[in-house]
Amino acid sequence: MQERHTFRIGLLGLSFVLMVAALYLVFIYVPPEKEMGIVQRIFYFHVPLAWVAFLAFFIVFLGSVLYLWKRESKWDVLANSSAEVGIVFTTLFLITGSIWAKPIWGVWWSWDSRLTAALILWLIYIAYIIVRSFATEESRGARFAAVVGIVGFIDVPITALAITLWRTQHPGPTIFQGSLSPPMMLTLLVCLVAFTILYCLLLIQRVSMKNDEIEISRLKELGS
Amino acid sequence: MRFWRKVIAITWKDTLSEMRTREIIFSVLVFTLLVIVIFNFAFVASQETMVLVAPGILWVTFAFAGVLSLNRSFILEKEEGCLEGLMVSPISREVIYVGKMLGSLLFLLIIEAIALPIFAFLFNLAVLSLQLVVITVLTTVGFVAIGTLFSALAVNTKAREMVLPILFLPIIAPIIICAVKASGLALSGEPWSGLSPWLQIIGAFDAIFLVVSFLIFTFVIEE
Repeated sequence: MQERHTFRIGLLGLSFVLMVAALYLVFIYVPPEKEMGIVQRIFYFHVPLAWVAFLAFFIVFLGSVLYLWKRESKWDVLANSSAEVGIVFTTLFLITGSIWAKPIWGVWWSWDSRLTAALILWLIYIAYIIVRSFATEESRGARFAAVVGIVGFIDVPITALAITLWRTQHPGPTIFQGSLSPPMMLTLLVCLVAFTILYCLLLIQRVSMKNDEIEISRLKELGS
Repeated sequence: MRFWRKVIAITWKDTLSEMRTREIIFSVLVFTLLVIVIFNFAFVASQETMVLVAPGILWVTFAFAGVLSLNRSFILEKEEGCLEGLMVSPISREVIYVGKMLGSLLFLLIIEAIALPIFAFLFNLAVLSLQLVVITVLTTVGFVAIGTLFSALAVNTKAREMVLPILFLPIIAPIIICAVKASGLALSGEPWSGLSPWLQIIGAFDAIFLVVSFLIFTFVIEE
């Protein structure tokens, strides 16, 4: 118990230090991009948020598969917690995307491929949470949610494919094209690591909260 | 082959009950007509704009019709305790899935076969081409593949009618996009080659979700 606590404090500290470093790099260190100017800095938050959202939903998928396979509630707790964190990050990256789009495209929202895919993703995982709350018993809710977690994640690549064919105006994956200067790359990498650590921290926190909830309701049942 | 005999038995049971009650096809067809009429008010349409919005109207209508009829598919089973009967009978869950799915597919195709000519008639469009029939059949297979899974799930929750559309609509978004786009191309006289990328995505969706739903259906209706 004590060890786990120390680990969590350590993770919190690491996350804090990395976040401060990321802020310094984004706002002071890195030079502004020559065409988009200052607005481009939101990119260093936007991309890690998107990455973490995707990672979170992948964990939901894994947790769901493992839950249906092993039937241990810890996998369900993991999937559920990760879905909640994932929704928060998806919301944030939709918002940061909109803030960037307004000065660059002139509109808050465009039905571009990745935006649309992100919005559909967001709706699928909202449904994931809703299904659980509509179930009559907890174990049933966990099973239903797991089914949605699996189907939803498999749907993502098909959606992406369909929408890309449909239309796209989102900037391409600049990271792999080598068009980022070394300071920009460094900033992005630090941001990626910082947000991933933050995700781990939030996930661990949420999982332990859920475990406590389960423990408390178990104790209540014993008492009554 | 025993598998398919059992599947056909379930599909036949659904068809028979539908032929006697006419609960799904008739009411969904009326609903479909109403949606088409309402859309007519929503868009002040001349013949040129109609060609542009028609594919959208068509697929929104069919998606709603799908939600409605798929919902009924398992609610009917639940109401009279038939689902328990199905589950204690000596058949695997996969048989139930395929049987129910084929039943829903049949009903939806009948509804669409009647609605398409009416749509063509009311909006003065040439929707009765082989291309549109292929698009419609492929997309409907996708609808029922995933819809049967979610319908069985929704019927076991507190808010049955609410849960299915919330789950169903975001998941089928990719095939709706493809179906709308392909129908638009078909209406403007595009050859098959122009349609093929869209049809491929719909086909891939159908194949993937038939397999996935087949595999995880058992978790939805156990107990």
